[in-house]
Amino acid sequence: MVTDIDFILAHYNYWAAMLLMAAGFYIVVSRGNLIKKVAGLNMFQVSVFMLYISMGKVTGGTAPILTGKPEIFSNPLPHVLILTAIVVGVATTAIGLALIVRIKEAYGTIEEDEILVIDRTLEQQDAHGQ
Amino acid sequence: MKHHIILRIGAKLLIPPIMLFALYVQFHGDYGPGGGFQAGVIFASAFILYGLVFGLAELRRVAPLAVVTKLMAAGWLIYIGVGYAGLILGGKFLDYNVLSHDPVSGQHLGIFLVELGVGVTVASTMLAIYQCFAAHQSRELADDEW
Amino acid sequence: MIIRLRNLFAVVMLSSVFSLLSAGLFVALDAVDVAFTEAAVGAGITTVLFLGALALTGSIEKPQQGHPYAALLVMAALAAMLLYGTMDMPPFGDAGAPIHRHVVPEYITGTQTQIGIPNMVSAILASYRGFDTLGETGVIFTAGTGVLLLLRRRLSSRQQSGGGDAE
Repeated sequence: MVTDIDFILAHYNYWAAMLLMAAGFYIVVSRGNLIKKVAGLNMFQVSVFMLYISMGKVTGGTAPILTGKPEIFSNPLPHVLILTAIVVGVATTAIGLALIVRIKEAYGTIEEDEILVIDRTLEQQDAHGQ
Repeated sequence: MKHHIILRIGAKLLIPPIMLFALYVQFHGDYGPGGGFQAGVIFASAFILYGLVFGLAELRRVAPLAVVTKLMAAGWLIYIGVGYAGLILGGKFLDYNVLSHDPVSGQHLGIFLVELGVGVTVASTMLAIYQCFAAHQSRELADDEW
Repeated sequence: MIIRLRNLFAVVMLSSVFSLLSAGLFVALDAVDVAFTEAAVGAGITTVLFLGALALTGSIEKPQQGHPYAALLVMAALAAMLLYGTMDMPPFGDAGAPIHRHVVPEYITGTQTQIGIPNMVSAILASYRGFDTLGETGVIFTAGTGVLLLLRRRLSSRQQSGGGDAE
């Protein structure tokens, strides 16, 4: 069933979105640089948008703007959701980047493993100091 | 970047059409693609272009942070105000049907005001965020470092 | 490419190109409003913010030490689960899928009769789902306030005499 060409044509949009999701997730999990993690999160977000918009498309449909002629429209509801999601995404990206700038000022580095080392030495100093 | 004359002339030519296009997108969001968010972002990008080419001090002179933060709140308050106007005039919260003499024109008025509020908030927020990032620089880059 | 590049400036530029291409994809999928917003926001504002953050931090990533086998394994497991989950989804473009059945026909006819504006996405955004947009505007406002709180500080004295302090 998986190699049936109709099945592939009916589902390739989901697979493309899932592969992008996996790639974005891999960037977040495997790379230590904080800015790259935020870029990976953005990639993950765009893949989710592609998934929803492709779910809303109707073959033979057109953009959901009324023109006076009766025709088939693509589903406008996912468009509304994704519009909100895009703007929320830029809001979280802005706050994430602002946090990264402050982390750089506080720790001197934006590599995750170096930050963990600094944190642990600070904890040990606190424990010894008390 | 003040010394790069091509950038200056280009920016001076481009910024008014960008703002005009942003206003067009805002007010024609009912008839074509567009609406508050897109218009707000485009309007903020005109100001950001001005700030990038002419320097942050110039941008601060034109759009001081105190004004921008008040606009951020004002846009959201317009939205909430439309909601409360629906309540005061007899309907439910965010009910546009009661805003005017008949439901359809009430919807038109409600959507217009709501998109205006959203556009103002988005534009001023993007501008405020850019100004924060740009002002955080601990030293200005000299022109010969480009 | 974004995964492996270590020069973060190149990563940011590639992300911007990726956003622009996805905006083109959205136009091909009949989502014109979404394409507009993604092009303006993703390829515009996000790139400017990334470049601003890069200017304030470093722009080269540290080289990867050792192979992240655990991360690869987790990614493979996630991809397998996600692909398995898409097996039962309705076919691409099917007009009879459940997503098109429940509320949307009522929105489409209601936009013509009750609201009377051509752009259905604006009608749903501002009127039928107005509460969502209220919350979203609140999120944007909160994000702006958050960035202001995080990044506002007294400028160095050399700039303070020139530009004046942010209030």
